[in-house]
Amino acid sequence: MNNAVAQLVDIRKSYGSQEVLKGVNLSIMEGMTTVIVGGSGQGKSQIIKHILGLIQPDSGQVIVFGKDINKIRKKELRGIRNTFGVLFQNAALFDSMTVYDNVALPLRERTRTPEKEIESIVNEKLEMMDVAGTNQKYPAQLSGGMRKRVGLARALVLNPKIVFFDEPTTGLDIAKSNEIYRVFFRTQSILKYTAVIVSHDVPRIFKLADYVALLHNGIVEGCMTPEEFQLSENPEIKKFAETTMGAPYTSEEEV
Amino acid sequence: MLKLFETIGTNALYYVNDAGRMGIFLFQSLLSIVKPPYKIYPLIKQTYVIGTLSIFVILFTGAFTGMVLGLQGYHTLSKFGAQGLLGSAVALSLIRELGPVLAALMVTGRAGSAICAEIGVMRISEQIDALECMAIDPHKYIMAPKFIAGILSLPLLTAIFDVVGILGGYAVGVGLLGVGEGTYFSSMYEDVEFNDIYMGFVKALCFGLIIIWISASRGYFVHLSRGGGFGAEGVSRVTTNAVVLSSVSILLFDYLLTSVLL
Repeated sequence: MNNAVAQLVDIRKSYGSQEVLKGVNLSIMEGMTTVIVGGSGQGKSQIIKHILGLIQPDSGQVIVFGKDINKIRKKELRGIRNTFGVLFQNAALFDSMTVYDNVALPLRERTRTPEKEIESIVNEKLEMMDVAGTNQKYPAQLSGGMRKRVGLARALVLNPKIVFFDEPTTGLDIAKSNEIYRVFFRTQSILKYTAVIVSHDVPRIFKLADYVALLHNGIVEGCMTPEEFQLSENPEIKKFAETTMGAPYTSEEEV
Repeated sequence: MLKLFETIGTNALYYVNDAGRMGIFLFQSLLSIVKPPYKIYPLIKQTYVIGTLSIFVILFTGAFTGMVLGLQGYHTLSKFGAQGLLGSAVALSLIRELGPVLAALMVTGRAGSAICAEIGVMRISEQIDALECMAIDPHKYIMAPKFIAGILSLPLLTAIFDVVGILGGYAVGVGLLGVGEGTYFSSMYEDVEFNDIYMGFVKALCFGLIIIWISASRGYFVHLSRGGGFGAEGVSRVTTNAVVLSSVSILLFDYLLTSVLL
């Protein structure tokens, strides 16, 4: 099970004179949930956009399913993207289309599914996300949490192998975030996809994570299990863990 | 001194890049038109938005352009005692020149700005990225129907503009100023040749392409445009920019096409 489906090898990317990624190395394991954490403006979303092929690195390789996605033909890239699902930070729903059309779009454009079947798939997915009955609404008429769940429904509609979540809970209150986590958990156990999550929501996001990677100063500091992460001796990880989660618990013997 | 060279250099690079981007954009969009699958519904919708909804404004401007041509033409021609040529003067200036150009300018203002703003908003709200991630080619999905609709609509709108303009000229020349009805139409019949109509038609086709190309690509590259960047202000700036650039290009290409086709 432990195969890397996506790998970043020494990725560097600068904008003007500012180098955002300074040699990022990261492996995404099949069937696992990898969470990328880090302070704001560290370029966490950039990592996802590199894997998606939306941004080309200045140097380094992005290898997805064994292929360097910046060296393959567009058609092949499209084939790889067919296995992706993406939930964007602001859901990126098409605002001039209804919820139903939004979720149906990948099916209509990428497959030859008959409309009747599309309807049942879309309804099933919307139900899975607890947003059934919003079919004829427009994204602007939905709350932030609902929009994210519709975005997730759209991301999952083609049963992707890898799903990317860019800040899935930013801007949502605790109850809404929990709902997102719940549907995430439920859908992942049904669809068995590999997940890559970029999040601020430490430490709660650790509950979902199989691996946690910290992006600091343009470098990924370790990619380890949440337990290892919290106990890590790496100074940057330690500092991050302390500032976001408070001082580590000390056992009674140590006191 | 070094600063000066730096500024010149960055400017030059920016504009070369920009021109290159737009060229590639046009190429990809035109390529996506011929690539299957072909969907008819988006095309009908875009033709409605770009063409049908522009008819009203075309009727209005066409009528008044024809009327003012009739008025001006009559008074100018009467200096030479050539009022009899009013019909051909109105028709020729409309068919060869004013029809395609004014119709194109109207469509730029009405549909070009809308296209640019729509695509710009899609870009800044990551909808275009979302399309790419879903392995849907934005050129095929968004641009191709708009390009076809633009290229189809403009010649038709121009034809409407010409006809309404000629009738406007008729209303003023024959109705108000007393040019003979037969004279008005017979001079037109004698002087307007196939070549004139062909010229107007080619112009309209090219202008349709130019409007959609510039408006769509300005919106598509809003995140890369200088001073544009992201956000509502960026979109408003590129929209203004698209309308100005389209209008100027229409007049520029009008001259070039005329000199080639004449």
